Amino acid sequence: MRRVSWFNLTSLTFGFAFLYLPMVVLVVYSFNSNKLVTVWAGFSTKWYGELFRNEAFLDAAWVTLRVALLSSTMATVLGTMAAYVLVRGGKFFGRTLFSGTLYAPLVMPDVILGLSLLLLFISIGLDRGMVTIVLAHTTFAMSYVAVVVSSRLVSFDRALEEAALDLGCTPLDAFRSVTLPIIAPAVISGWLLGFTLSLDDLVIASFTSGPSSTTLPIKIFSAVRLGVSPEINALSSILIGIVTVGVLTFSISSKRAIMKRMREENRAET
Amino acid sequence: MADKPRKLPQEVFAPWEDPEAKPLIQFRNVTKRFGEFTAIDDLTLDIYEREFFALLGPSGCGKTTMMRMLAGFEAPTEGQILLDGQNIAPVPPNLRPVNMMFQSYALFPHLSIWDNIAFGLKRDKLPKDKIAARVEEMLRLTRLEKFARRKPHQISGGQRQRVALARSLAKAPKLLLLDEPLGALDRKLREDTQFELMDIQEKTGTTFVIVTHDQEEAMTVASRIAVMNHGKIVQVDTPARIYEAPANAYVADFIGDVNLIEGTATRTGEDRCSVRFAEAADPITAECTADLSDGIAVTYAIRPEKILVTADRPADRANALEGQIIDIGYLGNISTYHVELPGGQMIKAAMTNSTRLDRRDFTWDDRVWLSWRETAGVVLTE
Repeated sequence: MRRVSWFNLTSLTFGFAFLYLPMVVLVVYSFNSNKLVTVWAGFSTKWYGELFRNEAFLDAAWVTLRVALLSSTMATVLGTMAAYVLVRGGKFFGRTLFSGTLYAPLVMPDVILGLSLLLLFISIGLDRGMVTIVLAHTTFAMSYVAVVVSSRLVSFDRALEEAALDLGCTPLDAFRSVTLPIIAPAVISGWLLGFTLSLDDLVIASFTSGPSSTTLPIKIFSAVRLGVSPEINALSSILIGIVTVGVLTFSISSKRAIMKRMREENRAET
Repeated sequence: MADKPRKLPQEVFAPWEDPEAKPLIQFRNVTKRFGEFTAIDDLTLDIYEREFFALLGPSGCGKTTMMRMLAGFEAPTEGQILLDGQNIAPVPPNLRPVNMMFQSYALFPHLSIWDNIAFGLKRDKLPKDKIAARVEEMLRLTRLEKFARRKPHQISGGQRQRVALARSLAKAPKLLLLDEPLGALDRKLREDTQFELMDIQEKTGTTFVIVTHDQEEAMTVASRIAVMNHGKIVQVDTPARIYEAPANAYVADFIGDVNLIEGTATRTGEDRCSVRFAEAADPITAECTADLSDGIAVTYAIRPEKILVTADRPADRANALEGQIIDIGYLGNISTYHVELPGGQMIKAAMTNSTRLDRRDFTWDDRVWLSWRETAGVVLTE
């Protein structure tokens, strides 16, 4: 066993404390039985029960989930198509403009994006609701998907597609049966990225949501303005739990896949 | 003698010498430009059925472009490519009876070896049992039966190369293109695989076109070689003729080891001439063609292994020149002597070490005689 040096141990402790102490405090206080958030009065899970009886929060969660699923799926389709054209399309008229406009939402402040979308929806007379949030989220998530997928396509051996054509595939067939399965991990990462971005977006959603449809971040934000309630702590703890489980599963399974592949390759060469 | 089975006289495979033979592929004045760059320059070439044809040249000579035009990934800028007499320009790659084995093998990493080989057959909408039978046949041909269920990353480089070959042969193409097929293999495996390739080509009767920059590989496998340079074909011929009768100094130098001696030719007989290359040295007597005019500048090309190194002047050789050993390279099977002739011309001579510890009687700075026959070298005017 190698000894961890003094310096490393200290910096590790401070680093993790800086990142996770606030969350630990939040999770601990979600089990506080007192209605006053800052005063500890004993362990209780009652706020979790309260939370699941709160219709407004449950509605908002359901809206958020549907918006995230729809917008990340649409963004994945559009973003993959855009990435494919950019990487494989060669030189075509307007290529620079297209790549510029595609990547613009990455650096554009959310406020400006939200405001411009709001103006657009008003001018074409589209009522604000779930549809407009989905459209808005698709718009910016698509850029992220395009970045992730195009970086995978750049390193993709073009000979694989040519081999598919050579063996009798039409270009569409070749994409479906060779390119897509191979770039699938990047497409899935893009989808996950779009999904999480949509889940925690507050700014754009607050510009484009209507009275009938409120997402969870908006709901939390407006609830907190009236004072932090233990229910919010409970809700946040649940979200932290979901994210932790998701991240751990993803990283462990991908690490396992890499180890398995390395073992198999070693065996093949000997 | 009587009980020994007599070998039947084999017909020599040389359709290019038969004026009646119909070529499988015809390049007709094909030019290919990429912007300003001319990759293929007004090229005309015939390739016949069942040939193992090698395109040989340095990188950037246009050999890969020719192959990609045959596969359908590039279209000629000018001229026509005919396959079985049909212009193939409008036919997309997926509809050509041509398959390609890629340099990187381009095996589909998400499919098993079995599915890789079946890939092309499935596109043809063949019945399942036919596909299975054909895949099994290909696995047997390339000795991969044991690996059918593995993924490409689970097998070795040599096995991957055989999968790539099996996959490209599965659809029984009229023409198989091989792009530097053995480049990624180590030397020993490469040599074995060359003979395996020739064997498979003979068994299947498919026309093979191979692109390579490795002259030994081209010499070993090909029925004919096209030596290319700067988008043009410099010479098309059998390996033996390319080696022994190169058309010009470029081909002589590109294939194998050669001494190139610059001089002026003077006719001395019907098909004889002498090449004078230095004031201080005797001229070389050589065979030459009838249309050679006197006093013309020529290059005399002679292979190192055609030159004999001896301590005394041999009596029966047309050419004998004395020189001094500057360098000796011992390669095990042969030794190469670098000998300086009077006038400064360096000559390489290779001697086979046919017995152990032989030929060690020459050492640096020794004076030796180099000798060869009149027919040993060729006079080149280009």
